[in-house]
Amino acid sequence: MGETEAAETVNKAPIQSAASKDDLIEIIGMHKWYGDFHVLKDINLRVKKGERIVICGPSGSGKSTMIRCINRLEEHQKGQIIVDGIELTNDLKQIDAIRREVGMVFQHFNLFPHLTVLENCTLGPIWVRQVPKDQAEATAMEYLNKVKIPEQAHKYPGQLSGGQQQRVAIARSLCMNPRIMLFDEPTSALDPEMIKEVLDTMIELASTGMTMLCVTHEMGFAKTVADRVIFMDGGEIIEENEPNEFFNNPQHERTKLFLSQILGH
Amino acid sequence: MSEAMQNYVPGTHPDMPPPVGQRGVALWMRKNLFSSWINTFFTLLAIYFLYLIIPPILNWAVFDAVLEASSRQECRAISSGACWAFISERLNNLVYGRYPNTEYWRVNLAFVMMLIALVPVLFDNVPGRKYGLIYSCAYPFIAAWLLLGGFGLMPVDTDEFGGMMLNTVVGVTGIAFSLPIGILLALGRQSHLPIVKSLSVCFIEFIRGVPLITLLFVASTMLNYFLPPGVQFDLLLRVLIMVTLFASGYIAEVVRGGLQAIPKGQKEAADSMGLKYWQAMRLIILPQALKISIPGIVNTFIGLFKDTTLVLIIGLLDVLGMGRLSLSDSTWNGLSNEMYVSIACFFFIACFSMSRYSIYLEGKLDKGYKR
Repeated sequence: MGETEAAETVNKAPIQSAASKDDLIEIIGMHKWYGDFHVLKDINLRVKKGERIVICGPSGSGKSTMIRCINRLEEHQKGQIIVDGIELTNDLKQIDAIRREVGMVFQHFNLFPHLTVLENCTLGPIWVRQVPKDQAEATAMEYLNKVKIPEQAHKYPGQLSGGQQQRVAIARSLCMNPRIMLFDEPTSALDPEMIKEVLDTMIELASTGMTMLCVTHEMGFAKTVADRVIFMDGGEIIEENEPNEFFNNPQHERTKLFLSQILGH
Repeated sequence: MSEAMQNYVPGTHPDMPPPVGQRGVALWMRKNLFSSWINTFFTLLAIYFLYLIIPPILNWAVFDAVLEASSRQECRAISSGACWAFISERLNNLVYGRYPNTEYWRVNLAFVMMLIALVPVLFDNVPGRKYGLIYSCAYPFIAAWLLLGGFGLMPVDTDEFGGMMLNTVVGVTGIAFSLPIGILLALGRQSHLPIVKSLSVCFIEFIRGVPLITLLFVASTMLNYFLPPGVQFDLLLRVLIMVTLFASGYIAEVVRGGLQAIPKGQKEAADSMGLKYWQAMRLIILPQALKISIPGIVNTFIGLFKDTTLVLIIGLLDVLGMGRLSLSDSTWNGLSNEMYVSIACFFFIACFSMSRYSIYLEGKLDKGYKR
């Protein structure tokens, strides 16, 4: 019975409120189709500067697709996405401008295997931001230090463990000095003993005030770090709440079911 | 024995060499030649065949060979072995075709300069590579000037090009230009722009659907119908264009195979960084795709180089054509073995070098990120 109500309050509230200067990401009435398949339905989301948001939901619920829309790895067909004041349209210049400000970490790391760890980290700054090479290398070493693998700088990604690779991927994104970081299931492809090192890195990053959107099933991470947890199912945002409320007092039946499945083992 | 049986306190066991028979030549032979009764049998059989074949070949080519004679009769009077005198007398024709013999130095110089120009292209660890590459880019123009003449050098008509020099000119030009064109076609075929894509697909499919000989015939005869009357369009240039286009069609498909092997995530990672399309291709996708494609690319190049003999059909006298011409000389009539063996050696050396280089390159690029 409370289903539609909950969904509507979530959906309607943000549209009305005036866009504040703090909003880094505004998604307004966004829809996406894969052919005839309606993957994302009327997505409305505002993310303030410095907010950390965890997005969870069953597989196929559209959560990865949604965050991939934010940097145009996927195209949306209806509605608006405004990132850092720039609206995403087909204008390549605007897409590039947004991509410069948005870092992304992928499930399968997507490091460049033919480049060393250091080269992976300096490529973006050198070619996209036109940073001089020595300066880019200094920055890269700084971030590699932060993710605790400076000694691997001259190795190739294939020589590192999965956890190390994912930390390199995080450092690589940070080297671009982004304002927003997107995480697309960053720990799903990792062996259990490596998940912690990556989560620790992400928690540390969160403590620096970075705006973060994480698609993840790590509920412990959501509890400690997130400002808001968003639950998606069937291409819709079903429920959105701060973590304590979300985990202890879920409103929606589907959320309850999902949480019981994910926490109940 | 006593050493091998010795007991050590746990944690103190030293690293020891494997026992005799488990290392070195003996191990290799046992594993590869005599690992079972059947393998032993075939090893011995192979040795027997080699014994049957190699001595007669050596006798013919080396021990009984005649190096100096002025005609076939003279050769045969001396011995029944190979008459290399024939080849050495015709060597200039085989190498330079009908190029004027006072100008041979130009061909030699162009060849040496080509070898120098190849060094910075093929090896990335030579000192001063940057300047070397500038020279390599300038080389085609220098070579064209040296071979064609003009600007102070005696002009030589392309009709007079021939022999190995012609094969090299056609082969090297085809190789040098087909790779970049092929890469562009491969990228075009994957493009989201419908016009670029369909043009690339049409071109590639047309080239692959037509034999090279047909294209060469078109180059030699039919183009005249299409060109306005009075326009002179050098036959060699037409052949070069056709051979290049033909090879690039094949290179495009080889490179496309490489492109498809690159996971989608690589392009996504490049995109998410804000790299532009050409940057992503040049820095991320192509280095990986070309590395995978090396065997196929070199295979195409080797095929292209051997196909340069097809120019014989439209009346250009490459090394094979020169060889056949020499064979029809009555003084040397009937020495086709010597001639064809020599030509085969020329092609083998060129193609085998390419093959070795590709293996060297694969090994080098494989370092570092083996999984």
